[in-house]
Amino acid sequence: MNKRHLYVLSAALTLIALMVFFFKVFVLHFPLLPDTTSDSWEIEVRAAFRAYNAPVKLSMYVPRSTSQYALIDENFISKGYGFSAKNVNGSRKVIWSTRRASGNQVLYYRAIVRRVADAYPVVKAEAEPVTPVGYEGAHRAAADTLIADIRAHSADIDSFVTELLKRLNSPEKDENVSLLLGRKPDNERRIAVAIDVLAEAGIPARVVHGVRLQELQRDVVPVAWLEVAEKGVWRPYDAAKGTGKLPDDYLTWWRGSEPLVTLKGARDLKTRLAIRLIKESALSGAAMRGRFMTPGLIDFSLLSLPIETQAVYQVLLLVPLGAFLLVVLRNIVGVKTFGTFMPVLIALSFRETQLLWGIILFALVVGLGLTVRFYLDQLKLLLVPRLASVLIVVVLLMAVISVFSFKLGIERGLSVALFPMIIMTMTIERMSIVWEERGAAEAIEQGIGSLAVAAAAYLVMSIDFLRHLVFVFPELLLILLASTLLLGRYSGYRLTELVRFRAMTRE
Amino acid sequence: MFDRIRKLREAGVLGINRRNADYTLVYNPRRLYPLVDDKLQTKRLALEAGMAVPELYGVISHEYEIKRLPEMLAPHASFVVKPAHGSGGNGIVVITGRMRKMYRKAGGLLLSPDELAYHVSNTLSGLYSLGGYPDQAIIEYRVQFDPVFEAISYQGVPDIRIIVFLGVPVLAMVRLPTRASEGKANLHQGALGVGVDIATGRTLTAVWGNDTIDEHPDTGNPVNDVAVPGWDDLLRLASRCCELTALGYQGVDIVLDRERGPLILEINARPGLNIQIANRTGLLHRLHAVERHHRELRDVEARVAFAKAHFSHGDRLPAAPA
Repeated sequence: MNKRHLYVLSAALTLIALMVFFFKVFVLHFPLLPDTTSDSWEIEVRAAFRAYNAPVKLSMYVPRSTSQYALIDENFISKGYGFSAKNVNGSRKVIWSTRRASGNQVLYYRAIVRRVADAYPVVKAEAEPVTPVGYEGAHRAAADTLIADIRAHSADIDSFVTELLKRLNSPEKDENVSLLLGRKPDNERRIAVAIDVLAEAGIPARVVHGVRLQELQRDVVPVAWLEVAEKGVWRPYDAAKGTGKLPDDYLTWWRGSEPLVTLKGARDLKTRLAIRLIKESALSGAAMRGRFMTPGLIDFSLLSLPIETQAVYQVLLLVPLGAFLLVVLRNIVGVKTFGTFMPVLIALSFRETQLLWGIILFALVVGLGLTVRFYLDQLKLLLVPRLASVLIVVVLLMAVISVFSFKLGIERGLSVALFPMIIMTMTIERMSIVWEERGAAEAIEQGIGSLAVAAAAYLVMSIDFLRHLVFVFPELLLILLASTLLLGRYSGYRLTELVRFRAMTRE
Repeated sequence: MFDRIRKLREAGVLGINRRNADYTLVYNPRRLYPLVDDKLQTKRLALEAGMAVPELYGVISHEYEIKRLPEMLAPHASFVVKPAHGSGGNGIVVITGRMRKMYRKAGGLLLSPDELAYHVSNTLSGLYSLGGYPDQAIIEYRVQFDPVFEAISYQGVPDIRIIVFLGVPVLAMVRLPTRASEGKANLHQGALGVGVDIATGRTLTAVWGNDTIDEHPDTGNPVNDVAVPGWDDLLRLASRCCELTALGYQGVDIVLDRERGPLILEINARPGLNIQIANRTGLLHRLHAVERHHRELRDVEARVAFAKAHFSHGDRLPAAPA
């Protein structure tokens, strides 16, 4: 026997399983624990205006999928409007237009985005020549002094931008800054000035608009931040805080200084932006993320099945766990059971009846069945008719137990119907034979052994964590297979043999 | 616990996992199993090889043949009914005599012809066969056992189990029926297992259940130091079974008949492990010794000589030449 073959096979199976597993955990962020929820947001833009029997054109920036946020779904609700979309400066813009409209008009844009990564999306910055704004007079002098001053305090683009933002955030300390900022130094203005000053210094920069994704927000005001081209990549800067870091919840929406919605041919534009958090299981989030990143893997996984079929597999995938436990208990511990896989099947029905009731009902059916079987023994029946008779008796017993327990108000008793009757019948038959051949003690020992294994299998199979793990990561069953294969060549002592051969250890 | 594992390992005790993984699965090709699982085939093979077996009185293969049972049994006062594919001694009925129309079982209980017919019917439907397949019932000669074991068995037929590995007898025991075993010689049914020194053919301690004892539980007579008659012939017979079945690892069951001498009862491809307790000797060291030397042992005589030289009692770790 070449054991290396077995070891290589097991190692290969384990390796494949671990690779898929780690990919799903660390790249696709499949949840390791059950019931963790991941977040996605519903974004709604409502643009209301009044039209006066004239052509209307409304353009709106809409978000697009980035490596940070995936756009899962979007729809445009606009009755009677023509609709087109185009890309402008790396932003998406939709345009609604109509020949003639009058009265109150409402257009909606709805989208669902889901966070797929924490990192700010990497956007390549093409090397473009920067055109200076052309400051004049006092502004020119102020800008030049400011740039020279900051240059003296900075080493690279990053420190230049940081220093500039720091100064823009405290204009009272520097007259040049307050001159450039003017009378209303809000965030928009700061960003605009920063872009101008950076342009003077030959550094490309632009403004980005977006929204913060929070739990529930109505009347959301878009936020703006600065993007500076650095080493071929647009890096974000929070102009208000003066840092090169942006919170994770910033959704990039559009670039450039234009407003979110522009309207032509109508008046009284009211734009309202609302954001709502949608809680959903992390699993479907991860599945979505997987579909987004690696289409093949998810389309051919259990998560692509209909929900009802998924539920079936959630149970089926537990059977290998029970089978593995059975191998351990039989070959390493040495527990005796009736039939090889009978305890696993009984354990599956325990899932419905719960453990205590399961054991009680099982013992009841088998005990009564055994009594009938012993009685039938006197009639000297042939094997198959006898088995069929026992099967009929088992079905009747189950029905009687259900009716009685229902009358007694014990709802659990009804679940006896879920016991596998063929397995029960064979258990009764085997038990009666062992009883006859090897005595009651042996039969009861094996019966208790079977029940104990079934109970252990049930307990293992009802661990939520394991159930979740094998369903979400069915590849882990390959590890189980590898372990089972290795156990197939386990040649050590069984624990019960330590007792069986105890006479051999005495001198 | 680990201390116990270490001790067992030192004693060379063969566990069931190792027996299956390293011996039966390796040395006993599956295709040969039918030869020993079907006792009719074993019987035929042994007869062809000129080895003595209990005489076959008849075979019942179909339900309708059961009607012929009384007619088939009429000439024989005592006989044994067993399933052709039985395992572990299940389904064997030993009839020692008759009482009017009733059959007397080895335990003394009476069995009506109907009950016997029912038993045969159960046998045919596969109740006692491996895997529950339809089976045949064999009716054969009931061995009149050699008086040597008279004082130390309770009814039934004592037999001698010899583990033969690659043609070399490695461990042997006598199985003595007890009241608990109802005259059967299977250890798990309550029979007594007494180790036999391969070198001398004298009995050693006994195992009952999983414990060692020194006296027969029913007769109270000491079971040790009884010489098994014709021991060398028994060893040769066992050794020849290796060529008979081509199984590398087997348990050969032999009975000593008062008149016909040693008869091969059956051959087991997965012999039990309690024989180690009966001998207070683990199998592993002996099996390893045979694995090292079996190529040099060309014939039955050489194998028996090797066994007698190296597997004497007291040689718990046989000093086989490296």
